[in-house]
Amino acid sequence: MIEQVTVFLENEKGRLSALTRALANAGVNMQALTIAETSDYGLVRIVCDKPAQAVEALEAAGLRAIVTKVVAVVVPNRPGGLADLLETLDALGLNIEYGYCFSVADGEAIDVLKVTDVDAVSQALEKAGYRLANIN
Amino acid sequence: MKKPQDILTAPHEELEAIQLEGVKKTIINCYENVPFYHDLYDDAGFDPYAVESLADLANAPFTTKQDLRDNYPFKMFAVPNEDIREIHMSSGTTGIATVGGYTEHDLDIWGDCFARGVWYADGGPKDIMHVCYGYGLFTGGLGAHYGGVKAGCTTIPMSAGNTERQIRVMREMGSTILCCTPSYAMHLADTAIAMGIDPKKDFKLRAGIHGAEAFSDNFRRDLEKKLGYKVLDVYGLTETMGPGVAIECMEQNGLHLAEDHFYAEIIDPKTGEILPDGEWGELVITTVDREATPVVRYRTRDITRILPGECACGRTHRRIDRLHGRTDDMLIIRGVNVFPSQIEDVMKTFDQVSSWYQIELTRKGHLDVVTLNLEPNPDFDFDEVRAIEQLQRDIQARLKSALSVGIRVRIVEPRSIPRSEGKAVRVIDKRGDDQ
Repeated sequence: MIEQVTVFLENEKGRLSALTRALANAGVNMQALTIAETSDYGLVRIVCDKPAQAVEALEAAGLRAIVTKVVAVVVPNRPGGLADLLETLDALGLNIEYGYCFSVADGEAIDVLKVTDVDAVSQALEKAGYRLANIN
Repeated sequence: MKKPQDILTAPHEELEAIQLEGVKKTIINCYENVPFYHDLYDDAGFDPYAVESLADLANAPFTTKQDLRDNYPFKMFAVPNEDIREIHMSSGTTGIATVGGYTEHDLDIWGDCFARGVWYADGGPKDIMHVCYGYGLFTGGLGAHYGGVKAGCTTIPMSAGNTERQIRVMREMGSTILCCTPSYAMHLADTAIAMGIDPKKDFKLRAGIHGAEAFSDNFRRDLEKKLGYKVLDVYGLTETMGPGVAIECMEQNGLHLAEDHFYAEIIDPKTGEILPDGEWGELVITTVDREATPVVRYRTRDITRILPGECACGRTHRRIDRLHGRTDDMLIIRGVNVFPSQIEDVMKTFDQVSSWYQIELTRKGHLDVVTLNLEPNPDFDFDEVRAIEQLQRDIQARLKSALSVGIRVRIVEPRSIPRSEGKAVRVIDKRGDDQ
């Protein structure tokens, strides 16, 4: 399990750059950033080294940020890495709310999954032979 | 033979005599039959039997919307239940609504008042009146209907909604007079044009009697150009009757008050002083011959003025200018009265949102669009788009059932709604921007 930072951002000019600058000033290093956008607003999801400090810095900069618990699974960085993982979840009857992936060194990728019951999914995946990432 | 229209050109002294006699009766009727007025006059030391002139009326205390609310539902009625034929209610949730009662006589004068719009448009039995104000507790639908029947028109009770059907009926039945809100008239015009219909050729409209919401002169010209007819503004409110208290004639230069049924004063809303003709202020109405729910010096909260001088049409009834806003925060959305406090009441039932909000009024095409911007509370888990959308839908549904008007709910970035030092700016009206 890792902690992801979620930020609610208005679709307005300069908001995302303000967000990244606030994190930079707080010395937070990001591993991944994705945006789920709607016509009115965006949800920015960040994986970083210091989630608690990140939230604090963002709030101080006038942004609304929360910490969300997500599952981060290490998969081999090769074709079919994610497909195998999703089939495993499927077979276990576990649904994911959303997910995203990023590659890191050593031929491995990390798949981040938002699920309802983080603990149950973590245990099920470990039992199925998966290794969970421990970034923060 | 005497016609009901004759009163419209009666010498003004004659109207004043009718008003004085009627106002005296109304005050005594209120004092003797409505406990609220009995207490009000006793407390104020106002003698209801001492009114000798219309000027004496200035000594009577005002009646407010709150007074009517406090006496919900029937305590403002001056006649026994047996004599009431109909009830109407101003829009609003229970407890906020104000109730109007109508005896047979009241319904008759209502029809007479609205029929004047038809007469002003030189209309009558040859006309087909198409009514697409909502029928129901809202006074628009039935008020226009009674007017159509009274003027002898073939009256089509379409009620609101189902625009394509409205257009079909209007074309196939050859409607000549259209009664609805101005924004809906524009929507009808635009939809007809989009359907490949040329309203100027394919419709037989001559006049539109439009009210229940404010509209600009440009909007009127636009409407007249599209539909090839003449637009007459109609004013009214449930608290004194409904539409027909005042209606424009073809001169389109102010709305003729139905002075044989209503006595109007313009006051300074701050001091309560009566203002001379020509000066803008709050319209105050006393009913002259209303039986069921008479009111004395009712503060309408509508800002207008008495237009000095006589109208070129030759009718003697004084005119009020087109409305110039309100003294309170009431919004009129697609003809429905909405108070920001009603929206607040609904918001308070959701702990996922904070108490900061802003109402944005815009116009899409020609229909009012209301957007309610809300900020999530710090403990609201906004991580999933689905959760935010669900919350928006839930609030929207509750607003719809509470206010009878569709409001778009938008969850916005926390702290993005401007905090003001003094009175919060709760409403941003951008409806005039595109006109």
